[in-house]
Amino acid sequence: MFNIYLKEINSFLSSLIAYIVIAVFLVAMGLLVWVFPETNVIDYGYADMDTFFSMGPFVLMFLIPAITMKMLAEETNTGTIEILIVKPVTKLQVILGKYFAALTLVIVAIIPTLVYYYSLYQLSSPVGNIDTAGIAGSYVGLLLLSSVFCALGILASSLTKNQVVAFILATFLSFILFTGLNSLAGINVWSAISLPLSKLSLEYHYHAIGKGLLDSRDIIYFISVSAVLLYFSKLTLAHKK
Amino acid sequence: MSIIVQELTKIYGDQKAVDAISFEIKENEIVGFLGPNGAGKSTTMKIATTYITPSSGSVIINGLNVEENPLEVRKSIGYLPEHNPLYLDMYVHEYLHFSGRFYGLNKNELKSRTAEVIEMCQLSVEQNKQIGQLSKGYRQRVGLAQALLHDPSVLILDEPTTGLDPNQIVEVRELIKSVSKGKTVLFSTHIMQEVQAVCDRAIVINKGQIVADGSIIELQKNNTQQIIEVEFASKVPDSLLQSFNGVTNVKNIGGNCFQLTVSNSEDVRPEFMHFVTEHDLNLIGISQVQRSMEDVFATLTRSENV
Repeated sequence: MFNIYLKEINSFLSSLIAYIVIAVFLVAMGLLVWVFPETNVIDYGYADMDTFFSMGPFVLMFLIPAITMKMLAEETNTGTIEILIVKPVTKLQVILGKYFAALTLVIVAIIPTLVYYYSLYQLSSPVGNIDTAGIAGSYVGLLLLSSVFCALGILASSLTKNQVVAFILATFLSFILFTGLNSLAGINVWSAISLPLSKLSLEYHYHAIGKGLLDSRDIIYFISVSAVLLYFSKLTLAHKK
Repeated sequence: MSIIVQELTKIYGDQKAVDAISFEIKENEIVGFLGPNGAGKSTTMKIATTYITPSSGSVIINGLNVEENPLEVRKSIGYLPEHNPLYLDMYVHEYLHFSGRFYGLNKNELKSRTAEVIEMCQLSVEQNKQIGQLSKGYRQRVGLAQALLHDPSVLILDEPTTGLDPNQIVEVRELIKSVSKGKTVLFSTHIMQEVQAVCDRAIVINKGQIVADGSIIELQKNNTQQIIEVEFASKVPDSLLQSFNGVTNVKNIGGNCFQLTVSNSEDVRPEFMHFVTEHDLNLIGISQVQRSMEDVFATLTRSENV
């Protein structure tokens, strides 16, 4: 597994995609949090990172599929998957290696935003008057959310040979799972099941953690969704031949 | 026995790609797996390498069943898939190290094995390039180097010479011959000369079934038809030659030379000499024409179609 992880990381370093993803994420977030008049913190006047944590998932929803789209689709398309499978590794190890590589890249993209926290800490009045626990919780939430997006991206990539299809599929599924279910729950027709339906959505649990309250139920939800998605990817990989 | 295939069947939808084939390959034997495109060669090899699972039947490699012990089987085989897929953006060394790490080779072993296989596969000139920059012949060598890296006891090569130019074909063939010492090799092709050039034994497969299995010489012999070429000093009528026992076809190939197709599994030349003296003919040359693998192959696979 570590060998595949290493190979993916190496391919990030030697291709432009990783750098572009990190740069786009940081520029987009920087503009949203500090520059754009509708959303920036400075005009808003409160020292919090709500903009970052509410817009972040939508930016990641596009960028994570861009990282994961080629991971299995390209291997299937060029046939290198055959060489990989015939090596003494299990299919699950192949999937996990790729998954953790994608997650690592996302973490590397998110780490520089800690500067935002430091800046707000210094800007707030009096200095340090900031909801540290809430922000820490939100970071954990964002990481858990990213882990689910990565798993979704891997699943989409395992379903098709075509990278563009993998990208669109992953973005769409991420959107449905993040806000789609929550919005559907708002329709009046099934008011009886609207609470359980919205509890199924990523957004519900993301907001719960974002309050700074690390509830084991939310954490288990994120981890189990990722696990199920990765298991499905393994099944598609095994079934494809 | 290095490879044992028993009643192997693979069904795709309602099509039988491989239909209950069985064969065994001894240790250190080089076997050519011969058949037209779509005969089931690749399917059989993919099952043997654990890439796909059989519908029924089994493949046993070095005593291990491919379905029950896939990870152990994978450690003992080297595989070069059809079309030789490679990571084109990787460097030769990087790729070989990547492949080697799967087999638990440590850093020093990786270095020394990589150097060895690069030497073996004559890759030294191109070893510092990206795989994408290499010519097809060199890519094939990289594929072969990858298959040899962990010194497997069984090599499975799926059409290793397809798509190469004639020089490269000869080079790759020589390479296969030289690296396969002390290894069991199953290697598929649809080119007859290749089997003659490289293998001890050929298994001919058509439409998912084995139509012939034996050493090259056996296969050539095991044909009830043989051709002799005869030359006479003076004119001989066709009809006289037709009367020779067992002749199915007489062809004049210029001057007083004839090609006789005779159905008889024994050498017919002594008998023909009797025939010559009996009819007082002026024979100045006689020779047996070796049937090429092409003929053998064509008769074997065509008769199936009829």
